[in-house]
Amino acid sequence: MQESMKYEFSVPTMDFTVAGEASSSIKKVLRQLGIDSGIIRRVAIATYEAEINIAIHSNGGKITCLISPEWVKVIAKDNGPGIENIELAMTKGFSTATSEIRELGFGAGMGLPNMKKCSDDFEITSEVDVFTQLVMTLYL
Amino acid sequence: MFLREIAELLECEVLTGKESLDRDYEYAFGSDLMSDVLAYVEDDTILITGLVNHQVIRTAEMLDLKAIIFIRGKEPTADVVALANDHEMTLLATKYTMYTASGILYSKGLKGISV
Repeated sequence: MQESMKYEFSVPTMDFTVAGEASSSIKKVLRQLGIDSGIIRRVAIATYEAEINIAIHSNGGKITCLISPEWVKVIAKDNGPGIENIELAMTKGFSTATSEIRELGFGAGMGLPNMKKCSDDFEITSEVDVFTQLVMTLYL
Repeated sequence: MFLREIAELLECEVLTGKESLDRDYEYAFGSDLMSDVLAYVEDDTILITGLVNHQVIRTAEMLDLKAIIFIRGKEPTADVVALANDHEMTLLATKYTMYTASGILYSKGLKGISV
């Protein structure tokens, strides 16, 4: 296995003044590494959507970013209710967000489809009442 | 269209980023849903929104957007303005509604994006 750099950030639940800080830090690191701006943008959007999802839907979690010379991998794992029907959750416009979340500007049911669109590889695994994990890979 | 011209047309207050008013823009996108902004907006688009929380600035940051117009007389708190300032964004605030502000800018040639 080739060497990669690893950055890890914890994401608290329901704290919308800090939500986005992990994505912001990852974006900064990628920029310092001189990675292509189009790829940085896709990583930033996908990571931010994942970070917001952790804050909205879970009891907190963490985002790990692995960077190798050939790819960037973002792993978002939360402790939470999990997703009962992943296929349904991946449908554009489907959302379980509350009206408070919608007032913050989220919960349109675009997050997961958008993360998939931004990634070259997108994997989602979940166990109800335990966790949800997203692994998003972008090739450089 | 130059930001300076936009600020004049919409009678905006410039909250931060006065030094970037000479930046030229071709497109704008109006929404209070950051989810839609994240899904549809490409770079170098002006964001028009009635939301004034941290997540508006974070959303703009992820998309490399540098100009935001707050509508309906809404103004963000100082910490939100400071966050925008950290990312060298220009924040404008107008009393016009989303519909009127967008109509004024569209009639003057600022285009919408296609989704």
